[in-house]
Amino acid sequence: MLVASPYLVFGWSVVSPASEEAVAAFLLVAALAFAVIRPRRLPEAVIALPAALLLIALGILPLREAGAELGRIGPTIGFLAAVLVLAELCDRHGLFQAAGRMMAAASRGRPKRLLACVFVAGAAATAVLSLDATVVLLTPVVFATAATLRLRSKPGVYASLHLANSASLLLPVSNLTNLLAFRATKLSFPRFGLVMALPWLAAIGVERLLLSRFFASDLQGQGEVQKTVAVGAASTYALVVLGVTLVGFMLTAVIHIDPAIVAAAGAVLLAGPALARHRVGLGTLVRAVDIPFLLFVASLAILVRVVSAGGLQGIISPLVPGGTSLWSLLAVAGLAAVLANILNNLPAILILLPAASAAGVPAILAALIGVNVGANLTYVGSLATLLWRRLLRERRVELSLGEFLRLGTLTVPATLLASCVALWLSVRIIR
Amino acid sequence: MDAATEFLPAEAEITLIHVIPAEVPEAAEAAAFGLWGRRQVNRDAGERMQAAAEEAALDLLTAAEAQLGRKTSRVSRRGRVEQEMVAAAEGIDLLVVARDGDRSRLGPRSLGPATRFVVDHAPCAVLLVWPEETPEVSSIPPLPARPLSPPRP
Repeated sequence: MLVASPYLVFGWSVVSPASEEAVAAFLLVAALAFAVIRPRRLPEAVIALPAALLLIALGILPLREAGAELGRIGPTIGFLAAVLVLAELCDRHGLFQAAGRMMAAASRGRPKRLLACVFVAGAAATAVLSLDATVVLLTPVVFATAATLRLRSKPGVYASLHLANSASLLLPVSNLTNLLAFRATKLSFPRFGLVMALPWLAAIGVERLLLSRFFASDLQGQGEVQKTVAVGAASTYALVVLGVTLVGFMLTAVIHIDPAIVAAAGAVLLAGPALARHRVGLGTLVRAVDIPFLLFVASLAILVRVVSAGGLQGIISPLVPGGTSLWSLLAVAGLAAVLANILNNLPAILILLPAASAAGVPAILAALIGVNVGANLTYVGSLATLLWRRLLRERRVELSLGEFLRLGTLTVPATLLASCVALWLSVRIIR
Repeated sequence: MDAATEFLPAEAEITLIHVIPAEVPEAAEAAAFGLWGRRQVNRDAGERMQAAAEEAALDLLTAAEAQLGRKTSRVSRRGRVEQEMVAAAEGIDLLVVARDGDRSRLGPRSLGPATRFVVDHAPCAVLLVWPEETPEVSSIPPLPARPLSPPRP
């Protein structure tokens, strides 16, 4: 089937519905494979965008339906763009550096206190600015902070990387997967946070317990003690804007504006003065928006939609039980975790979303727990991990991800279980 | 450092060995790899951390040399700490190692896994020191109450 694809493409006028499905499935697989491999670090959209356009050109996805799908996903993409810019601007305002200095001072050179500080900073940064910010912006700061205190960096860095996934349950902005699923839940922004608060706390609590034990021998001794440093005006401003943006998110339940607009307003509040004072250039902001990636997400959504409608839905749906029993929540989360670990959490949630939506809001939230928390098992999806290893081997660097991945196998089952139990409780308390 | 000045002859040549653990920046790099397009341009988390690690290593070695108060040679390595340490110890006479586990009492866990490995595999004599104050002998935890071999019926 895969080999015969050129015939399918050129023979489109005679393609049967079954071959249409095959074309769509082939294009989805090709787009995903390219996104994972990314030869020469080309943008993911290089295959996904033409693939999505091809589906429309071949008439497999009618133009009107494509437009409707874009209308649905548009606000989510705008939301993502605003959050990416917010995180970048917070970094430009020195917020992460300030967090590093605060962690250094608050830890008083004690490794256990530093780990506690990393948990607070990691959970907060992930919840408000998304997991991307924690991985790309906070983790290097955690590493540098440990180094200046002359403490081991491993517990803090691994905690930060783990929290990027497991503390991304709280708000729709915390993870791109949440953003994609948020609209399907039809919950308001604060209500989403309210229902996910318990699972979020459960995940963080379990991580804290297990990481402290895992790194017990690394958390001994005493490092340098640093004096408290005043937080600069720029990072204070960034913090205030973040606070205002959060309040704005909460108010979207009362005054009916789209949370994406609130996020965009926050980004403008930060960008305005920074642009005026030449703290950032317009080019930086445009790069932070990351248009190729936004195109990739839109294309992927279209591809998955066609494949789902064409038969994938029929395979996935029986595997996604409805209802709010603990077992069905665990089953959905487990399936989501498996998918996220084979592929990546982004395609995993897109593939699961139609079936989970049909099964009800608790099923969607359980699927989010699965893809978000479960991602810590192989971290980037096993395909990507394999490729990553190959990449390192090419550079003749010794492979030492073993311990990091072992930590994942230790924490993920426990975190998944605790979060699902918490969700089960949460949907009973909050009706 | 104090141990080195206390136990080593004044004319001994001292080499300071520093190993940057490779797995920490690598884990961060792998994680950023998994973000797909969202890792920001010009920002390689792993590279940033590598630079920070090298800077910190330089600081640490300079401070150590100042504390010793004499000229030293330096070796900086990158990889698995325990393995790099053993490899770096080849050809030297005495390796000075500080305990890195629970230093609040004597044993049983005063050595972390890395130091345990180094002591076990070192290709030379090893001087194992308490980096802070040496705990009292009375700090040894009491033996378990249960008999070591099961009582016979």
